[in-house]
Amino acid sequence: MRLTINGDFFETSGTRTLEELLNELDIEPGRVAVEVNLSIVKKADYPAFMLNEGDKIEIVNFVGGG
Amino acid sequence: MKFTKDQLQRYSRHIILPEVGEQGQMKLLKSRVLIVGAGGLGSPVGYYLSAAGVGTIAMVDDDVVDLSNLQRQIAHCTGTLGMPKVESAKITFESLNPDVHIIPIKERLTKHNILDLIKDYDIVADCSDNYATRFLVNDACVLAKKPLVTGAIFKFEGQLTAVIPHEGPCYRCLFEEPPPPGILPSPQGVGLLGVIPGVIGTLQAAEILKLIIGRGSVLKGELLIYDAMKPSFRKVKVPKNPDCPICSDHPTITELIDYS
Repeated sequence: MRLTINGDFFETSGTRTLEELLNELDIEPGRVAVEVNLSIVKKADYPAFMLNEGDKIEIVNFVGGG
Repeated sequence: MKFTKDQLQRYSRHIILPEVGEQGQMKLLKSRVLIVGAGGLGSPVGYYLSAAGVGTIAMVDDDVVDLSNLQRQIAHCTGTLGMPKVESAKITFESLNPDVHIIPIKERLTKHNILDLIKDYDIVADCSDNYATRFLVNDACVLAKKPLVTGAIFKFEGQLTAVIPHEGPCYRCLFEEPPPPGILPSPQGVGLLGVIPGVIGTLQAAEILKLIIGRGSVLKGELLIYDAMKPSFRKVKVPKNPDCPICSDHPTITELIDYS
């Protein structure tokens, strides 16, 4: 499946859900906020959130320093 | 109130801009901004707001200047080591511009003092270094309907956005709640390129100046992310969460929470 992640094309390897995508990218879900096609996805929904061909995904680091 | 001869000269590069002019400069001199945190981000935010002639700036921070701060916290210097950061910043900013009144508040923000502290200010800048304060400041600004310009930094990256309560999304619309303890390394433990707070804090100051002057569009509903390593600037649209626990029309948070 081809996705756009943070503006760049990305070809997944068998990933179906948002949680699987974060696993594939080796991203800890607690460290980011994720938006799919301009909607923020709640963390609790990551395991069941199905991705579709062409989805535009933004992964934003949860940054706290000052 | 009229400008003095010195003020006309000091602010001449503002005053000749049609978008600012004498009227905009007068707004700056009469405005009141509260900066949460007098460290990496608070330094450039306070520095540029002082240079611009923002008349009253309160700085809230309960920490003292440490040698390890000076690689990035440009409000402080070797001569103010050991001094409360808010006092050190007051010396720096008031020596830059005597028009500016810096109010040093050497306290930690809590759910008990924050609403009382922000009520006298027009705009709040979040320059804090921890998640608990970030959520507290966001929630308090939503409840008090205060515009908030929030910035955050980590290693080689920084981000900022403006929260205009009830006009756009808030910090909680993007980040639901503070991360569980231990998931994220503390910023103190991982390092930070010294210039990152300079980039992000300066952008925060630009948003604050535009909010005061009332010109241009403000970075609301968008998160601007800077990555020094690529290098790139990226804007992410942030939609308002219709079920946001604090800024939706059916909030589930009705009183402030101390996560710390």
